[in-house]
Amino acid sequence: MSVESKSMSIIVTKGSLDWGYPPFILATTAAAMGLNVTMFFTFYGLSLLLKEFNPQISTLGNTAMKLPMGGMHMSMPNMLSAIPGVDAAASVMMKNLIKKKGVASLEELREAAVDSEVRLIACQMTMDLFEYGLEDMIEGPELGGAATYIECATQSDINLFI
Amino acid sequence: MADEVLDAKGLNCPLPILKAKKALNSVPTDGTLEVLATDPGSVADFQAFCRTTGNDLVEHDQTGDVYRFLIKKTA
Repeated sequence: MSVESKSMSIIVTKGSLDWGYPPFILATTAAAMGLNVTMFFTFYGLSLLLKEFNPQISTLGNTAMKLPMGGMHMSMPNMLSAIPGVDAAASVMMKNLIKKKGVASLEELREAAVDSEVRLIACQMTMDLFEYGLEDMIEGPELGGAATYIECATQSDINLFI
Repeated sequence: MADEVLDAKGLNCPLPILKAKKALNSVPTDGTLEVLATDPGSVADFQAFCRTTGNDLVEHDQTGDVYRFLIKKTA
């Protein structure tokens, strides 16, 4: 392949349903296009590697968030997030939309990343901080720290922080 | 007639590309893969995919809502 030597790294810092998509979409697509891909999971991004995986969206701070509903777009005021069950309901709505529109589930994309040999690094420091072990994670991630990432970044053509 | 046909209709980005890449693995070199998709974004994406991977996008056209791509595996 013409780009066999190209590579990309992504720092994944967020673990909500909506923030989980961009890193996995880009990682799997780049791998399909022949790039060597490394994803470095830190802070809340770590939760995307958990076996027990139920990513949610929150209406809090999502000021531009609008979900299609009955031909209209319904905005989600921050205040709504304080009502118990609203974020869970919004997450269910989003997951139904995802299915209806033929969008891959995050689980599917995560599997595709593992299958296409994307290198997954779990940040050791945040693993300790949040009291996770590799046994909590899917098969595949290795442990590493900032220096591991920096070494990878110096060798990558594309470096993203998401 | 293409060596392999991939029906990616109803699938959204990036699934048509991911499935095409997988399907290409079982196509022999200089063989062809036909992809059918309904994602309008796939028109730009299959061109970029082929330019980047070095495969040949022999032809692409549209019939109604369905886009058809014929990819020759050269890489």
